[in-house]
Parts: sequence; C-alpha cells; structure tokens
Amino acid sequence: MEVAVISGKGGTGKSSISAAFATMQPNVVLADCDVDAANLYILFNPTHEKEEVFVSVYKAVIDKDSCTNCGLCIDYCRFDAIHDVDGEVLIDETACDGCKLCSRICPSESISMIPEDKSRMYAGTFRNGKMVYGRLSPGEENSGRLVDMVREEAKIIAKENHFETIIIDGPPGIGCPVISTITGVNKVVIVTEPTLSGLHDLKRTVEVVSKFKLSKSVIINKYDLNADMANTIEDYCNSQDVKVIAKIPFDKVVVDAMVNCKSVIEFAPDSEIAGLLREAYQKLSEN
Amino acid sequence: MNSKIKIAIASGKGGTGKTFISINLFNALQKSGTKVNLVDCDAEEPNDREFIAGEFQQSFDVTQKVPVIDESKCIYCGKCYEYCNYNAIFFLAEPQMIRVLEDHCHGCGACSVACEYGAITEKDDLLGTVAIYKVQQNSNLIEARMKVGVHSPVPVIKEAVKSAADADVILLDSPPGTSCPFIQTVATADYVVLVTEPTPFGLSDLRQSVDTLRSMGKNCGVIVNRAGLGNDEVFDYLKKENISLLMSVPFDKSIAMTYSNGKLISNETPEWEKKFSQLFNIILQENGSSSY
Repeated sequence: MEVAVISGKGGTGKSSISAAFATMQPNVVLADCDVDAANLYILFNPTHEKEEVFVSVYKAVIDKDSCTNCGLCIDYCRFDAIHDVDGEVLIDETACDGCKLCSRICPSESISMIPEDKSRMYAGTFRNGKMVYGRLSPGEENSGRLVDMVREEAKIIAKENHFETIIIDGPPGIGCPVISTITGVNKVVIVTEPTLSGLHDLKRTVEVVSKFKLSKSVIINKYDLNADMANTIEDYCNSQDVKVIAKIPFDKVVVDAMVNCKSVIEFAPDSEIAGLLREAYQKLSEN
Repeated sequence: MNSKIKIAIASGKGGTGKTFISINLFNALQKSGTKVNLVDCDAEEPNDREFIAGEFQQSFDVTQKVPVIDESKCIYCGKCYEYCNYNAIFFLAEPQMIRVLEDHCHGCGACSVACEYGAITEKDDLLGTVAIYKVQQNSNLIEARMKVGVHSPVPVIKEAVKSAADADVILLDSPPGTSCPFIQTVATADYVVLVTEPTPFGLSDLRQSVDTLRSMGKNCGVIVNRAGLGNDEVFDYLKKENISLLMSVPFDKSIAMTYSNGKLISNETPEWEKKFSQLFNIILQENGSSSY
C-alpha cells in the first residue's frame, strides 16, 4: 500500500503524521517528497547508502567573446529572461526557464545550456525500515520530477526488500510536486487545521485529488483550537463524501516528540494522540 | 514615509505564519494612512482575502501559449518533438502519431520555431487570474490565484507582482519553500522577513532560506512565531549568524483563535496594532543599515 500524506496549507502537521504512520509497524519505506523543505531525515537520521544527482534544469549562458549582441534571443525569449543592458545582451538566471530556444536560434552559436546539478536524491536505512528523500537545491524548478525520482526509488526498494508499505510525506500546495506525489498512490490523506485558511486550502486540495480519482480521507489536526471551525470542515467533508478519519487535539507532546527526534508513536506511545493516529491508520487500511 | 520599499514575507517551512504577519502588517499600515499594496503571492493557496475585506476593482487572466498541431499539414518529421525541452509533445514516427501534452507545456514557443511546415499554431491556455481589491483610498490587496490543476504558479505570481508597482510600501506574502515560486517572489524585494517557529523542522527550513537569500544578496530578518513551543535553538542560531530578530510572537491560544476565525489581531487589540506598526519601523531601520 502506498499512502501519500498531503495538505494544501503548509504547517498543518503532515510530517509529524507521516512520521507516526511510518513507525506503527516495522519494514516501512518512508519517502520524503517535500523536496523543497525535507525534514524527516532530522527525526530518523537515515544512513546514506545511495546518493544520486538530480538535474533540475539547464540554464542558458552567453559566451561574451562570440556574442555579437544582435538581440535575436531577446525577441525569441518568452520568459522575459534576456535583456539589453546598455548594448550588452544579458541573461537573468532567475527568470530563465531552460527551454533552450535561445541557444538553438543564436546565429553566432554563443549560447550554451549548463546543467543545474546541485539537487540530490538520497536513500538509506532508518530504525524502522528504509528511507528515500530528495533535496532540491534552492531556487530550482521541476521539483515534480525529483518527486518522481524519489517515489520510483521507494518502489524499487520496497520490492527488493519485500516491504509492503510506502508512506509518502508530500509537499504543501496544489502544484506540480503535489500532483507528482499523489499520482497513482492507493490512499491520499489530507491533513488540515481548523482555520478559515485551512478550510479554503482543503477545498482546493480536494479538487485536485478528485481530478485524479484517488481514495482520499481527511485528518483535522489541532481541532480543539477552534472546535466550531473543525465542525464546519467536517460538514464540508461529509458533503463531499470525504471521510474524516481522525480529529486530533492540540498537544505539546507532538512538538516535544519532534524536539526529541522521535515520532509521537515512539515518544509517547500511550498518549491520546498516538491512539487516535493508530485508529486513523487502521481506518485507512480498511477503506 | 519618503522612500519606497518592497518587503517579502517568506518562510521555508509552510504554516509558520507568513499570512498572519502579512495581513496584520498590511492592516496596521493602511490604518495609519500609508499607501500600501499587499500582494498574495501564494498563488497555489491564496488566503489573504479571507482576512481582508476589499472592494473588487478589476481582474485579468494570466495565460500562456500552447501549441495546436494541424495534422493535415504535419509531415511527422519530429523536429518539434526534438525542440521541446519539457516532454510536452508525444511523437511516434512509426506508426505516425503526434499529440500535445498541454499539462507539460511551458509555452516557450520552441515547437513553433521548429516547425517548417506551418503545422503549429498557438492558442491561449488559462493559468490563473490576478484580482485587485481596494481596501482603503490608497491601499490595495492584489491576489494571484493559480487555476486548480495547473503545474506552476510562477507566471501568475510574476504578473501579480508587476501590477502592484504603484504604492509606497509593497508587501509580498510569499509561497512556502525555497524553489522557483519563492525565488520569483523575493527576487524584486528590498528586504525579506522570514517567519519561522522554534522547532527542529522550522530551524532546518530557516537555515535553507537564509542560505538562499544570502546567495541572492538579499537582506533579511526573522520573526519567531509560536515562541514558547519547541526549544531555543533558533534563537541561538540567529545570534550566531548575526541575523536580526524582528519580532517574537508567543504561542497563545487566543491569537490562534482570532486567526482561525479569519480575524485580524491588529484590529482586535490596540497592543498588537502598535506592535505591527513598530515592526514596520524596525524593518525600515534594518533595511537602511543593510549589513551584507
């Protein structure tokens, strides 16, 4: 079973819940697909058995010696990434999308494409199984493709080790990396919080997940910080036929677990929250 | 106020309180009569409008060009497929088959340039909208909203930031992370406010944000939200790295409650309105004494 934990809104508790799910049973593959801000390695300190370079994008670079400053590339660039600055043609690296068109049409063949190769995928062993995670080098794009790479590796490892469960900690938002995270998984768990923003983001997330016709359920985290809003969210879920598999109260034990580099299941196995999360996971498996 | 300033409010980790800071800072400034525009750049999940009432002014669509292939003119040479750097053209030479995968297209136009047979034309594809709301005489909320199902929020963010140009103070409520959407948002900012929380995850993501901003030559300061939860490591880090702590917001259930109901703490209590006004002055001072 491949379970993806996502949330439209950031900071709702995805990673803490993924960590809990990954420590309820042995022999789990944990894939941290929040490649923009990977955090689970902090809790689980996995070994580094494998490291792979991920080329996120190629950026255009002009060879100043052969460039005639004709400006043809400026006309062709659709990303507003090339400018004439006092008669000199310059590329804005931040705006360059890496489409390579400028390099193809340059009459003096002065533009080459340089790979951005600082992003990495890592795989190793942690105390409860295997772990795969990606780290996107700052400012880079195409994190969806790095997510694909992490998930592919997780599947291979699961097969090789005969592990049946893959837990995926997803990124926030609803864009490319999220779509890559949920494509083809068995279960999607959406973690939300009882705020107006949480509800708004949940709606957009449900919309995306529905487009892919995936089995989805919701966990309302910190529900008691605003019980009325939690009820509104629950009503919304019912109206959409989305199952709410847990309502988790706010408890400092979750933060304390994190500070101690443990999942809440490991840190406080007898706590109310640990029980609720075990129940939620059970419901997920049955659904 | 005599100088224009553009401030981005950002964080590596999601849910640390970017929107909380942005909307309250905006509110405190517009109440004091400052000409301020707030741009909600979190186009995947824009929320500022849940907190700030404004009168709708105008909106415009953000589109990109996607190719349309006329198979009656196509000779299946495969050159467009070769030119496409985004795997947005599916092509088979035998049996002859060609399709545009619109979801993958970035609208660069390379395929149109490649085609020598006039088989490729372009149509507009909707990526999202930018909407402008008037909050006060001289203050607007500008919302970037990506269409659900679109892969990248960047083009919508770029257009929203452009349309905010006319104000003394521009606040950019940034998307989370340190990848492309974040970079596009902070690229034009004079000063970046990083919002974090005192947890190991918060600190790890803060480090990454600081490193990124330093490599871009951006001046930044930090707000610690939900202080009291977690541990003190973030404060040690700020000291060691000589980064200014602009403000510390305690973890307080009443603040969380106000926010969760879509209300502004700077409207609910004069004390917080004052704190956000002070925050702005601190930012101005910090920006004036840019340390690197």
